[in-house]
Amino acid sequence: MPSYESLKQAADERWRLLTDGPIPWVRVGAAMCGHSAGAYDVIAALRAELDRRGIDANIDEVGCLGICYAEPLADVLLPGAKSRLFFGNVDAADVGAIADYIANGAEPRGRALGWLGDEPIAGVEDLNRLPGISAQRRIALRNAGHVAPSDIHQYIANGGYAGIHKALTQMQPDDVIKEVSDSGLRGRGGAAFPTGVKWSFMVRSPGPPKYMLCNCEEGDPGAYNDKGILESDPHTLLEGLMIGGYATRATNGIVFIRHGHDGPIDRTEQAIRQAYEAGVLGENIFGSDFSFDIEVALTGESYVAGEETALMEAIEGKRSQPRYRPPFPAAFGVWGYPSTINNVKTYSYTPEIISRGAEWFSSIGVNRSTGTAIICLTGNVEYPGLYEVPMGVTLGEVVNDIGGGVPNGKRLKLLQTGGPLGGVLGADSMAIHIDFDEMRDAGAILGSGGIIVGDEDVCAVDLTRILVAFCQFESCGKCFPCRLGMEHLLEITERIASCESRPGDLDLMRSVGTTMEASSLCGHGQLGFGPIRSALTHFESDFLAHIEERRCPTGSCLGPRIAPKNTRPYAHDFVPTGAQNG
Amino acid sequence: MAAISEAERERLLEAINNQRRPTVTVLSSLLAAQDELGYVPDEAIEEVAALNDTTINEVWGVASFYTNFRFTPPGKHSVEVCWGPTCHLKGASRILRRLMDQLGLDDEGETADGSISFKFNTCLGACSVAPVMSVNHRLSGRLTPEAACERVADLTDASH
Ligand SMILES: Cc1cc2nc3c(=O)[nH]c(=O)nc-3n(C[C@H](O)[C@H](O)[C@H](O)COP(=O)(O)O)c2cc1C
Ligand code: FES
Repeated sequence: MPSYESLKQAADERWRLLTDGPIPWVRVGAAMCGHSAGAYDVIAALRAELDRRGIDANIDEVGCLGICYAEPLADVLLPGAKSRLFFGNVDAADVGAIADYIANGAEPRGRALGWLGDEPIAGVEDLNRLPGISAQRRIALRNAGHVAPSDIHQYIANGGYAGIHKALTQMQPDDVIKEVSDSGLRGRGGAAFPTGVKWSFMVRSPGPPKYMLCNCEEGDPGAYNDKGILESDPHTLLEGLMIGGYATRATNGIVFIRHGHDGPIDRTEQAIRQAYEAGVLGENIFGSDFSFDIEVALTGESYVAGEETALMEAIEGKRSQPRYRPPFPAAFGVWGYPSTINNVKTYSYTPEIISRGAEWFSSIGVNRSTGTAIICLTGNVEYPGLYEVPMGVTLGEVVNDIGGGVPNGKRLKLLQTGGPLGGVLGADSMAIHIDFDEMRDAGAILGSGGIIVGDEDVCAVDLTRILVAFCQFESCGKCFPCRLGMEHLLEITERIASCESRPGDLDLMRSVGTTMEASSLCGHGQLGFGPIRSALTHFESDFLAHIEERRCPTGSCLGPRIAPKNTRPYAHDFVPTGAQNG
Repeated sequence: MAAISEAERERLLEAINNQRRPTVTVLSSLLAAQDELGYVPDEAIEEVAALNDTTINEVWGVASFYTNFRFTPPGKHSVEVCWGPTCHLKGASRILRRLMDQLGLDDEGETADGSISFKFNTCLGACSVAPVMSVNHRLSGRLTPEAACERVADLTDASH
C-alpha cells in the first residue's frame, strides 16, 4: 500500500513533465458537448497533422470548461510557456493554425479564442474576458477542462485524494459528518436535503455491508451536469463517495449510471480501475483501517430509476419502481442493507469541503444555499454551457451576463427550470436569486440545475405539452394516480394545444393535478403537475388563446406533433411471445 | 420468431456468463445480452432466467419495462433523434418530421429495407449544442433538418 505522500510525489513529477516538459501539451474538450460538436474528428485531424509534420506532443482528451458553445475547444501549452492558448469552434482550418503555433509559436492570426494562465500571449485576448469563464466559481468542476479524466496522476497532482487522506489521518467519522453539516451542503439531486443530516441517519445502522449509492441516472432532459462531472473529473466523485463512506461507516459504493452514456461510464470505470491500482481504493486505504470498494451499476432507460428507492430496485436488477416508505433507505436499502443515496454533484463537493473546511464552503453562497450551483444553460440563449456559479447570483446574471441573452434580437419569454418536474418562469423572473428556497417559493425549483431559455417564439402550451408528454411517457405505472393522471393531463394538454379544448378543461387539469400531488407514491406523480401549474400561473394568456380564440399565438403548436407513446406495458396488455402462465 | 444460430447462442452465453461488472442481476444480464446481440431474443430471456435462478416471466417483466430493450434484430445502423425540451425549442420536431419522411417511417422502428433502426431519445445529454442526434452512437449537434437528412443519406449510400 503506497503512502499518500509517495503517490503525490510521483503525480507531481508527472505533472511537471506535462506542464514544464520538453514537448507541448494539447488538450481537447471531449465531454458530451465537445463530442457532439466534433471533438473526435478534431483529435484525429490534429494527430494526423502533427504526425505529418513530425511534431511530438502530448494530446489529452479533457472534460468541459463550461463554455460548451465554443466546442470543439482545443488548447496548447508550449514548452516553457506560462499560459495555454485556446482555440474555439475548431474546424479543419484551425487544425493548421494550431499546428503552426506548436511548430514555431506562430501568432494564430485572429483564430485563437484566448489565453488562460499566468502571462498574456501576444496578439491574443484574455479568456477571462468571457463571462462564461470569469463568472464561474468552480468547486465540483474545479478540474474540468484542465486535467485528463483518464489519468489519476493529474487529479492527485492537483490536490486530489488529499480530502480523504485528511479525513482518514486527522478526523474521526463524526468529525467528517460535522464538517459536512457545518458547510451547509444540501443535496443537488432535487430535494435539497441537508447532506450531513442524511449521512448521520446511517451512522448507527448495522453493517457490514453498508452502501453509499451515487445517483447518476440524470434523466432530466436539459441537464447534463452529472454526466459532465463523470466525464470531466471522475476521481472527484470517487473521492467524495469515499469520504461519505468513511463518515457513515459504509463498506461499498455503487455509481449508478444510465446504460448507453458511454463517455461517463467508461471514464468512471477507468478511474475506478486506476484508483485500485494506485491503492487509493480497496483494503486499508492509506494504511488506515478504512476499507472501501466502488463499482458501477447500469440502469436501462427509465426516468423514475432516478428516484431513490426505484434506483435500489434497479440495482437489484428489477423494474425501477419506487418502494413504499418506511422503511427508509438508511435502515433498509439496496438488498435490504443500510444505504445512503446522493447525487453526483453532492458528493463531488465534499473533497474540497474536507480539504478547505466548512467555513470556506459556507462563505460562498447565500442564506441556506451554500456553495455553488451547477447550471446547464440551454435553449434560446447566445452562450449555452455548463456553468458553476456561486449560489445567490440572479437568474438575470446567468441568462444575460453569462449566457449573453436571447439571440437574433428576440425577446426573452420564459425559463424552464429544474427538469420536467420543475417549473416555468416568465421574463419577469430575472431578479430571482439562485437559491433553493427562493426558487421553490417562486414555483420553479432549482432541481438538478437545468435552465432552458425560451424566446418570444416559444408557446408555453407547446413547451408544457412536451414536458407532460415526457412525464406521461416515463410514469412507471406502479401507482394509479400517476399512471392515469399523467394520461389525463397529456390528453387535456394535447386538446388545448390542438385548439380543441372542451369547456372546463383547465379546471379538470387542476383537479387531476392536485389529486396526483396528494396521492402519488413518489415524486414523479407528486411533482408532475408542477410545470403545468407554473405555466398556468405565468402564461395563462397562452392557454386562453388556444381555448377561447382557438389559435396558437406563436404558431409553434402548429408544427409537426411528434412524441413517443408510452411503450412501458402495464401487466394486462403485454403478452410477450415467450411468456408462460404461472 | 426465428431461433438464434448456434454461434449467436455461444456469444450470448459468453456475454452473460462473463459480465464485466461484479454485480450480476437480471437487468445487468439483459443489458449484456443486448449489447452483444443488438437485441434480446427469446433464448436470451431463457438464459438470463436460468443464470439468475428466476422465471422467464420475471425476466420479461424487467425487459419489457425499460424502453431501451428491443426484441427483434436491429437494423445495421442506429439513428436516434432527441425530442427533449431543449431540442424541441431548437427545432427537433422539424428534424424528426423530415427524417421520418426520408426514412419512410411514421413512428420509431426499422426502415423497409431493414438497414436503419430509428428511435426517439428523451435527451442525449448534449443539450448545449441542441438539436442533437446520434448516428451509430456518434453524437452530432447544432443540426438543421438538412444536415440531419444528409447524415442519414450518407448511411444508406454507404451500405448500398
Ligand atoms: C422521478 C424522480 C427522478 C429522480 N431522478 C434523479 C436523478 O436522475 N438524479 C438524482 O440525483 N436525483 C434524482 N431524484 C432525486 C432522488 O430521489 C434523491 O432525492 C437524490 O438522488 C438524493 O440525492 P441528494 O440528497 O444528493 O440530492 C429523482 C426523484 C424523482 C422523484
Ligand atoms: S434535450 Fe436534446 S440533448 Fe438534451
